[in-house]
Amino acid sequence: MAEAVAPVGARSAKAGLDWKTFLTRYGALVALALLIAVNLAITPNFATWQTLNVNLTQVCAIVIVGVGMTLVIATGGIDLSVGSLMAIAGAIAPLLFLGKLVPLPHPMVGVALAFVLPVLAAGAFGWFNGWLITRFRIQAIIATLVLFIAGRGIAQVMTNGNLQVFKVPEFQFIGLGRVFGIPFQAVLMVIIVAAAAWMLRRTVFGRQILAIGGNERAARLSGIPVGSVKRRVYLISGLLSGIAGLIVIARNSAADANLVGLGMELDAIAAVAVGGTLLTGGRATVVGTLIGALIIQLVRYTLLANGVPDSVALVVKAAIIVLAVWLQRQGQS
Amino acid sequence: MAPLLSMRGIDKRFAGVPALTGASLEVERGEVHALIGQNGAGKSTLIKILTGYYTRDAGEIAFDGAPVAFTSPQEAQGAGISTIYQEINLVPYRSVTENICLGRESRRFGLLDWRAMHREAEALLARFNVHLDVRRPVMSYPTAVQQMVAIARAIGFNAKLVIMDEPTSSLDEQEVAVLFDVIRQLKAAGVSVIFVSHRLDELYAVCDRVTIMRDGRTVRVSTMSDLSKLDLVTTMLGRTLEAPAAAQAHRAGSAGGETLLSVRNLAAGRKVRDVSIDVRPGEIVGLAGLLGSGRTETARVVFGADRAESGTVSLAGASTAAREPADAIGAGMGFLSEDRKLEGIVPGMSVRENLTLALMPHLARRGIVDEARSREIVDRYIRRLGIKCSGPEQRIRELSGGNQQKVLLARWLCMNPKLLILDEPTRGIDVGAKAEILSLVRELSQGGLGVLMISSELEEVVEAASRIFVLRDGRSVAELEGEEVSEAAIMAAMAHGHDDHTGEAPHGRGQDDHAGEAIHV
Repeated sequence: MAEAVAPVGARSAKAGLDWKTFLTRYGALVALALLIAVNLAITPNFATWQTLNVNLTQVCAIVIVGVGMTLVIATGGIDLSVGSLMAIAGAIAPLLFLGKLVPLPHPMVGVALAFVLPVLAAGAFGWFNGWLITRFRIQAIIATLVLFIAGRGIAQVMTNGNLQVFKVPEFQFIGLGRVFGIPFQAVLMVIIVAAAAWMLRRTVFGRQILAIGGNERAARLSGIPVGSVKRRVYLISGLLSGIAGLIVIARNSAADANLVGLGMELDAIAAVAVGGTLLTGGRATVVGTLIGALIIQLVRYTLLANGVPDSVALVVKAAIIVLAVWLQRQGQS
Repeated sequence: MAPLLSMRGIDKRFAGVPALTGASLEVERGEVHALIGQNGAGKSTLIKILTGYYTRDAGEIAFDGAPVAFTSPQEAQGAGISTIYQEINLVPYRSVTENICLGRESRRFGLLDWRAMHREAEALLARFNVHLDVRRPVMSYPTAVQQMVAIARAIGFNAKLVIMDEPTSSLDEQEVAVLFDVIRQLKAAGVSVIFVSHRLDELYAVCDRVTIMRDGRTVRVSTMSDLSKLDLVTTMLGRTLEAPAAAQAHRAGSAGGETLLSVRNLAAGRKVRDVSIDVRPGEIVGLAGLLGSGRTETARVVFGADRAESGTVSLAGASTAAREPADAIGAGMGFLSEDRKLEGIVPGMSVRENLTLALMPHLARRGIVDEARSREIVDRYIRRLGIKCSGPEQRIRELSGGNQQKVLLARWLCMNPKLLILDEPTRGIDVGAKAEILSLVRELSQGGLGVLMISSELEEVVEAASRIFVLRDGRSVAELEGEEVSEAAIMAAMAHGHDDHTGEAPHGRGQDDHAGEAIHV
């Protein structure tokens, strides 16, 4: 079956004609361009800074989590615990900068700790996911289900289930601040996407991730430390979830362990799928995930801005995912 | 009286390629009949035609006195042909009755008729001299009993012919004994058995007659007692007992000196029981043995892909307790796996990345892949090995089998290994590529590389290797060197193992006149 692929020479010779190959490779980008064009035509006040910023801030958390998810999926795994890890990070941070956990010599110490410790905690939980998967050979979907369920519980226990409201501008810069008029979180997002895309493309670690997803047994026999690569990938997914958790609570000026990151795992997986990453592993694109998240966000925005209710937008979102997965199949066969 | 089963002149082609040509099989009533042959000899195809899984292109089948043409396994089962596969599939938490009656439950007024089903299960097991409480869950009984339940279920009440396709490959000795009891009971009850196995001792233990297949034809039918093990092996492999003199020529330069790889009393699981082999630098050592003799398993343990239970492995004097392939690679080993698709290539990646998969960490500076250097190395190997591809960035899955194999070989060569383990290096590739790969391996060994080569093709092993170890049931039973190396000697060791092989003259020449009789077509 795999042998039945057309030789490369033939493909490049008629690249312009081969619409299927073209769509698989650039479909997401074309869809995004189309969406923007449609919006420019029909949506009032679309081409404004405000619209851009609204859409960017809506999409940041999903993209940052989605980058980690892309790497996990590239190894052939999945991480369901990302939303719960966001809740844990979101619960720890206010405890730190409000001085509830440790007495603070200076308020800024609390803020500094609140940027570092929650992210490290989420990373540690992510590493735990990887440890479960590699040490006991548990399927990723089951292993990460453990923290998907328990993680939110841990976050609630830490805060006694209370909503933590705060106003700490220094901390909230991560969610509300601007750099040259661009939301800081968007800058952070772009940096993370660029770093991850470069890592996946250029580093030994990145190529080993893809080799494991492409053929784990061959990778192991070639001396790739499969277990350690996987643990690191889940660690990264955890760290990025932690950062996303901080952004979300900073934006809301409140941390609610029940709500932070709720349903995030599905949004992130959807963005990864729409972006063109192979859900079975071995082929991944971080930039694609960014585009995928932007598409999903922009469709929703388009519908809302033109008076279509959110419930309909959900159905459309599902349709986009189906379309994306169908396109992937076409590219594989 | 007519035989129970008679298959004559069976032809079968798959996409134009003949799998069976005029194959035949005859089984008498109450007979245990061995069906043997190498991989691809056509045993499975013949059985699948009998059970209605495939349809035949030509030939006739008569079963129980009437011509038949089953169109589905269910139909064959209905006519009295049961098949038992390698794995035992039971539902552990459900009762013995439920397992036996699964899929054919008795019903009364649309409800399950438990009493009838319990009676049926008890009666069926009684046929095999098994008496137990059929209401208890299957898992509460020992494995041997569970196995009996599974066999009883498969055989049912009306079986006239039972096909056992390598039934012992996953069983331990005690379980095999139970199975043999069942076979004897079936025989006593007038049921015939077709027994497919690669373990010679088992064939001689339970079978009455044997049909040997090779290249889609039935090459010999004989009673077991009239056929020596050696004859059986030579007929199955299609080899005469002449020692090919030509092969001796290039064998002179087998390097002496220190030992490169030394494996002592290695054991792991059921497949590797006691293996001791060694390889010297610049030497090609063959590892021969029938299917299931533990060749691949031995190689995997040496390479650290599987864990050893006991025994030692040392490379260049240093003990390597390789717990992972990465350790073995670090020590200077390479391993070309027999399954290119499953364990070799990363299909979505380019030729370049597949070739440098193991080398990649060494090609990197601070974790960043040096693509220019990697392309340089890949270009060199593409040229040196004559890999046909549109360029280093072509996806490997688009290459032919032979070219994929060359890339995988280059994956190890670029590591400058001390020892290379090749498991079926020429499987599934065309003749030209085969010759190229073998001559390349020879050339490399002359440069000092130690090679341990596994191959099912005796001709290939004899031609390439200067020393050969023969495995039999997970034990290294013979070491052949220099003049001793011949297909005849290897087959003798495969057939008899260490105990007999000195007595039975494994050295080819003495057996030449014997050879004429061994092959009947």
